Amino acid sequence: MLEVNGLRVSYGGIQAVRGISFHVDEGEMVALIGANGAGKSSTLRALARLVNPVGGNVRYRGKELLSLPAHQLVAEGIALVPEGRGIFPRMTTSENLRMGAFSRNDKQAVERDLEHVFSLFPRLAERAQQVAGTLSGGEQQMLAIGRALMSQPKLMLLDEPSMGLAPIMVQKIFEVIRTVASQGMTILLIEQNAKLALEVSQRGYVMESGTISLTEESAKLLADPKVRAAYLGE
Amino acid sequence: MDTLIQQLINGVTLGAVYALVALGYTMVYGIIGLINFAHGEVVMIGTMVAFTVIVSLAGSGMPPLLVLALGLAVSTLVCMVLGWALERVAYRPLRHAPRLTPLITAIGMSIVLQNVAMIIWGRNYITFPPMINKQIYDLGGASFTNVQVSIVFLAALMMIGLIYLVHRTRIGMAMRATAQNPQVASLMGVDINRVIAMAFVIGSALGAIAGCMVGSYYEIAHYQMGFMLGLKAFTAAVLGGIGNLAGAMAGGLLLGIIEALGAGYIGDLTGDFLGSHYQDIFAFIVLIIVLMFRPSGLFGERTGDRA
Repeated sequence: MLEVNGLRVSYGGIQAVRGISFHVDEGEMVALIGANGAGKSSTLRALARLVNPVGGNVRYRGKELLSLPAHQLVAEGIALVPEGRGIFPRMTTSENLRMGAFSRNDKQAVERDLEHVFSLFPRLAERAQQVAGTLSGGEQQMLAIGRALMSQPKLMLLDEPSMGLAPIMVQKIFEVIRTVASQGMTILLIEQNAKLALEVSQRGYVMESGTISLTEESAKLLADPKVRAAYLGE
Repeated sequence: MDTLIQQLINGVTLGAVYALVALGYTMVYGIIGLINFAHGEVVMIGTMVAFTVIVSLAGSGMPPLLVLALGLAVSTLVCMVLGWALERVAYRPLRHAPRLTPLITAIGMSIVLQNVAMIIWGRNYITFPPMINKQIYDLGGASFTNVQVSIVFLAALMMIGLIYLVHRTRIGMAMRATAQNPQVASLMGVDINRVIAMAFVIGSALGAIAGCMVGSYYEIAHYQMGFMLGLKAFTAAVLGGIGNLAGAMAGGLLLGIIEALGAGYIGDLTGDFLGSHYQDIFAFIVLIIVLMFRPSGLFGERTGDRA
């Protein structure tokens, strides 16, 4: 579904991503793990067209992705849950969710999806009319995921969904990610919490200073002593 | 007492105009964080275009109200195109430049527009032909005219329309989202460039209408009139909390009233040492006080917005 070839991202001469290649097949969840500063977020931001890569190409369902402007990605079925949630702080929860469906015209289906998101995250239903900036961090993360779902994506890019959240919240969020994945969503997950990411995904890529150093089935990565030593704190 | 009522009436009229112009500043600031110092000149061009249309049609035998409406329509259109072009030509190429660069460009554009206006309409004061048969009404010893009533009424209508647009329509939703987080808004499918252009176009349309109001209220126009008007409307936007629509409306109204009351009483207060022609100082006293004590303005952005 998604095929990345030799992707390179630089910020003012500093190479954050040094020509990486990977792929995500339809219906699978792939984890991209690695330490802080390994280039995971830069990779995702390049895929979401928030930064311009200096090299490489990205094919998505047979199309060249890098020639599209950011605002056309959502119509292609790509939704990013950005790092730090990126909710609209002065809009209500339900307005935020409706923004997720901004590019859609099927009003009735949007209402149905809104109910679906509320059933996935009952907490959001309780806070529907609350201004999103006043939600807790965990609730904001739920909102960001719910908002991405509102665009009816085919591919979801999740950037550090566990960041800054209490363990119990992280569990709840990952439960939902698992549910969404089990319903057939294709997901590319970026996580610093390698254990969690490898537990929910089928395959994993390990990133190290801008390159991919290891790729394997997630279960095997979890068992790999090197990975355990470097990323699982053992 | 008469003076008080009279100055309140004048203040509300003036304030309605300030509010409309202030909205143009605040919409653009709210979305791209730029003080568009050329906005006052857009308003001036609006006045001038309306003047040209009205003068050239005045002798044509058309009903005066139709002439006025045409003047308003043409000047609104011209200003919308002007606002769009300003953004496209002057500001968009500088979108990612340091903040000072577009600011200086804005000042440059304001000078350019002033000079263009001077070339087209000359350097002298232009008298606006009165198109409405002025009627004077009496209220507790003070008086107001139908022109004033129309100004306040039309301004209120425009503001209600704007609030509706921003809160109830798709483009309004896109504007609010872009103001709060442009990158994420684009991920939702919002074309940021279009939204920014819209902010300029709508702001300029409101400016044009305000310009026509100023023209028919003072019955006079000048190629430099946009400077002071723009500065005062900017003060009104800062007073209300720049970037905040309700703030611009309240700030404009408040500034108009403060200025009118100041002009009405300054003679008494200073033993006639300063006369009402010092009315301009009040806007700037207000600006200084706001910047000193409450730089975020009356309705300033709430803090605590989490990223």
